Amino acid sequence: MSTLAVHDHGVAGHDHDHEHHHHDTFITKYVFSQDHKMIAKQFLITGITMAVIAMLLSILFRIQLAYPDKSFPLLETLLGRFAPGGRLDPQFYLSLVTIHGTIMVFFVLTAGLSGTFSNLLIPLQVGARDMASPFINMLSYWFFFIASVIMLSSFFIQKGPAGGGWTIYPPLSALPKAMNGSELGMTLWLISMVCFIASSLMGGINYVSTVLNMRTKGMDLWKMPLTVWAFFLTAILGVLSFPVLVAGVVLLIFDRSFGTSFYLSDIILNGKIMPYEGGSPILFQHLFWFLGHPEVYIVIMPAMGISSEVIAVNSRKPIFGYHAMVYSLIGITVLSFIVWGHHMFVTGMNPFLGGVFMITTLIIAVPSAVKTFNWLATLWRGNIRFTAAMLFAIGMVSFFISGGITGIFLGNAALDINLHDTYFVVAHFHLVMGSAAIFGMLAGVYHWFPKMFGRLMDQKLGYLHFWLTFICAYLVFFPMHFMGLDGVPRRYYAMTEFPAFNHWLSVNTFITWSAIIAGFAQIAFLYNFIHSIFWGKKTTQNPWDANTLEWTAPVEHIHGNWPGEIPTVYRWPYDYSKPGHDTDFIQQTTPLSETMSSNLPHDFEDNPAGLQQYNEWAKTQRSSEEVK
Amino acid sequence: MGFKTFMNTKRAFSLVAAFLLLGTNVLMAQGTAATPAAADSSAQKSDMWLGVGYYVLLVLLACVIVAVVGKILRVYDLSLQMQGKKGMNWNNIIGVICIIVLIAGLYGVYWSFTVQGSMILPESASAHGGKIDFMFWTTTVITMFVFFITQTLLWVFLFKYRGSDKRKGYYYPHNNTIEKIWTIIPAIVLTILVVFGFFTWRSVTNTDNLKGDINIDVTAHQFAWEIRYPGKDGKLGQVNYQLYTPNNILGVNFKDRNSFDDLKADTLVLPVNREVRINIHAQDVIHSLYMPHFRVQMNAVPGLPTFFKFTPTITTADMRNRLDDPKFEYLLYCNKICGGGHYNMQKVVRVVSEAEYETWIARQKPYLSDPLKKELHLADASEPGKAAENKIALNN
Ligand code: HEM
Ligand SMILES: [Cu+2]
Ligand SMILES: [Cu+2]
Repeated sequence: MSTLAVHDHGVAGHDHDHEHHHHDTFITKYVFSQDHKMIAKQFLITGITMAVIAMLLSILFRIQLAYPDKSFPLLETLLGRFAPGGRLDPQFYLSLVTIHGTIMVFFVLTAGLSGTFSNLLIPLQVGARDMASPFINMLSYWFFFIASVIMLSSFFIQKGPAGGGWTIYPPLSALPKAMNGSELGMTLWLISMVCFIASSLMGGINYVSTVLNMRTKGMDLWKMPLTVWAFFLTAILGVLSFPVLVAGVVLLIFDRSFGTSFYLSDIILNGKIMPYEGGSPILFQHLFWFLGHPEVYIVIMPAMGISSEVIAVNSRKPIFGYHAMVYSLIGITVLSFIVWGHHMFVTGMNPFLGGVFMITTLIIAVPSAVKTFNWLATLWRGNIRFTAAMLFAIGMVSFFISGGITGIFLGNAALDINLHDTYFVVAHFHLVMGSAAIFGMLAGVYHWFPKMFGRLMDQKLGYLHFWLTFICAYLVFFPMHFMGLDGVPRRYYAMTEFPAFNHWLSVNTFITWSAIIAGFAQIAFLYNFIHSIFWGKKTTQNPWDANTLEWTAPVEHIHGNWPGEIPTVYRWPYDYSKPGHDTDFIQQTTPLSETMSSNLPHDFEDNPAGLQQYNEWAKTQRSSEEVK
Repeated sequence: MGFKTFMNTKRAFSLVAAFLLLGTNVLMAQGTAATPAAADSSAQKSDMWLGVGYYVLLVLLACVIVAVVGKILRVYDLSLQMQGKKGMNWNNIIGVICIIVLIAGLYGVYWSFTVQGSMILPESASAHGGKIDFMFWTTTVITMFVFFITQTLLWVFLFKYRGSDKRKGYYYPHNNTIEKIWTIIPAIVLTILVVFGFFTWRSVTNTDNLKGDINIDVTAHQFAWEIRYPGKDGKLGQVNYQLYTPNNILGVNFKDRNSFDDLKADTLVLPVNREVRINIHAQDVIHSLYMPHFRVQMNAVPGLPTFFKFTPTITTADMRNRLDDPKFEYLLYCNKICGGGHYNMQKVVRVVSEAEYETWIARQKPYLSDPLKKELHLADASEPGKAAENKIALNN
């Protein structure tokens, strides 16, 4: 009932707007906008900008790994004291790695991904006029923006940005004298993260309440597209786990600045005995990974939702096992809270606890496997249309398989002894996060670009972008598994001190060149993206012949999304290629009464009156056939 | 239309020509600049910018080529349509690319496994490592089976079911039996792996400190490892970080009689087939003691001493023979980011016969060095009251 009440209210508010013809100024329309569609675009563009920056950082440090003995005068020109003599400073190398990881995980794949698509799609796909609280939604973007600015500003301070790795384990991050990257740069990192978490909490609360309270008439939970399910569960994960990271970060700030010893004990630094006593560095790791593991699912679940939707639309087939897809998302959400210890097998945590975490970790692989099989079954006997979005969704599945499989090695405590913190881990999480989740995000961009900007992106350039990026990503990350199996550690500035690693130098050079080509491939995307915003082909209302609600809204963006009443929903979102219907899609807004010839008894599961009508209709059909 | 494309290609060709000319110029310039050792810096600067310009042009050229190819394709497509034929069928084109990529990809994986796969660590040189390796290869076989099947299905489906106007998708929303099967089978396989892994893990980590084990203290600090062996008594003296001085960097407590005969070592020398327990300490930040050849890793955490117990089974000399590499050494290195010198924090580990071990250990110097003796003596003399605590003035 409450759903209806809110819904009515929304309509009333909308009519009210029309009477006043209120005019947006530039500021309220493009800067401090409270419209979810504009906020989504703000998140997307900021996210893409951050992604480009983080990618450039990675190319910088990849050059160091490929040419550890060469000097590049250009680097000194660009970076000054961070690259004396044209060679990266070892501490600055670690800063680059740290900021690259932080930006990619949090700013691109959390804010850029959830921020863009939850904002754009939740109201449009559940049939709401806007978010539950447009104002908090606006704050969420601006906190994110401030966090980004603070994070990047740390490149302009004397000692450079934070350098302890994206996991910022104390005591390294707690002792400013331990490395350059633990000085002011680390303080900025912590402040930036606090702003970021505030942003993501405000966003998350909004997404959850919008999904729960503002669905349109007929949109019960089991009629929601998988995208909305994924965004909804992602938001729940974030709301429950991010506060724990704040706690960890605040205690770290205390240790750094106010002389407490939450994480510190028995420390001698540079020949000085420090006064800290009684703290535990392991405590931070527990707090960090209590967020950190759910975080990897915060990153991958929206990508899964987007891919499910894009694959269904472009295979012209219902997603296979809709219920199983939802239950596996729920399973992942719940389980992801009890597996964090798999990042801590060899930290000195009680080994028995390690055994327990190993069991929970491998259980979480089951829902992941189910999802993969269901995607494959969706493609089976489809009528596959290769749009650029579809290719990226397929790439996502391929990377998820490759990366998920190595998770089974790492989740096994016995194997993790030798694999932990090697390049094997780097390969694993780049395939599953750095590739699968990014591809999910790009699939979303190509698919919903018409909804965001009213124009189409160029598909051929999309193909070029896809194939180059896809192939290069495998070329970059696949060989890293073998480096890890040879015991090459991650976060090493150079391998040259180890004669045993010499045979990897040529592989490292190869990887770097693949990464550079992948980087240039992104020009195809950026050009396509920017060019299409202004000069792309104008789109029609439903360019992909899709079923979901967002394609019933007009192409022009209006306040409140739909002119007049919000459409009512009558069916699930995956009636593609339903036998007996003339087109190969039936939108969610089409009542069953209009599609008698394609209805199935199954469609009336909890609607006895409808079932009776259907049976009667079927009987008359049959008798009239007999007459013929 | 065609003419325009031709114009375009011609322009592209001239660009290539100009560009190649420039490229050779740059290369020549670099060649000459390299010969005089003290080339002046402005010349170097301009060389640098020339190099940058070269690469920028290369990228621009690539963009132009892409644009030209795009134009040609568009023109071709349009001309097809003008002749009343259907335009290019991208579903077919991409479908074929999918199959090509599958085949190339499978070959690439095979190549990678054989070439790079042969560059990985040799067989385990410790007793428990054998179990880990067995576990590893079991997991590899099972997962690679899944990997090849799922990836092949994925790309074959894309080719086989590529879109066409004549067909419709097959409306097939669910099948509970199939779904149950592919939930239960992974569950069973994973259960097997978990049980297997759990017992392996427990047998590796759940160890007792027995009499006769060799206890060795390894202490990490930025950016080096300190090694301390017990003396004849086989017992290590206690440590307390508060007792740190430049002569007693481990803070060994000399109130503890066990510490008197402790030895200081530069290399981690281990007798083959004896149980070794490494006690791991850190003094400043977290480090990680990593000895991949023995499948050993444990973090070194300040304030939380950890340990790892294992039995080396292959001597260094033996391993050199097996690998046919006379310079081979076992290594111990840091595997947890610990600061600017993290990438070079290593020690040689040598596994030797029992007899060699005995002669080696007999030659090691006591930890209680002469300067340290003097220092402790001084502390005793200058502060008789505090002497009992074995603390020096610095700490108070
Ligand atoms: C099949 C399911 C998965 C399993 C069993 C799994 C298991 C693991 C384990 C055990 C580690 C720790 C390895 C180590 O530190 O030695 C790890 C690391 C990591 N995983 Fe996964 N994972 C899975 C899926 C994912 C997904 C979906 C993502 C992200 C989208 C992800 C991202 C990461 C990241 C970022 C790390 C690196 C952490 C670090 O800095 O050490 N994983 N994974
Ligand atoms: Cu995890
Ligand atoms: Cu280190």
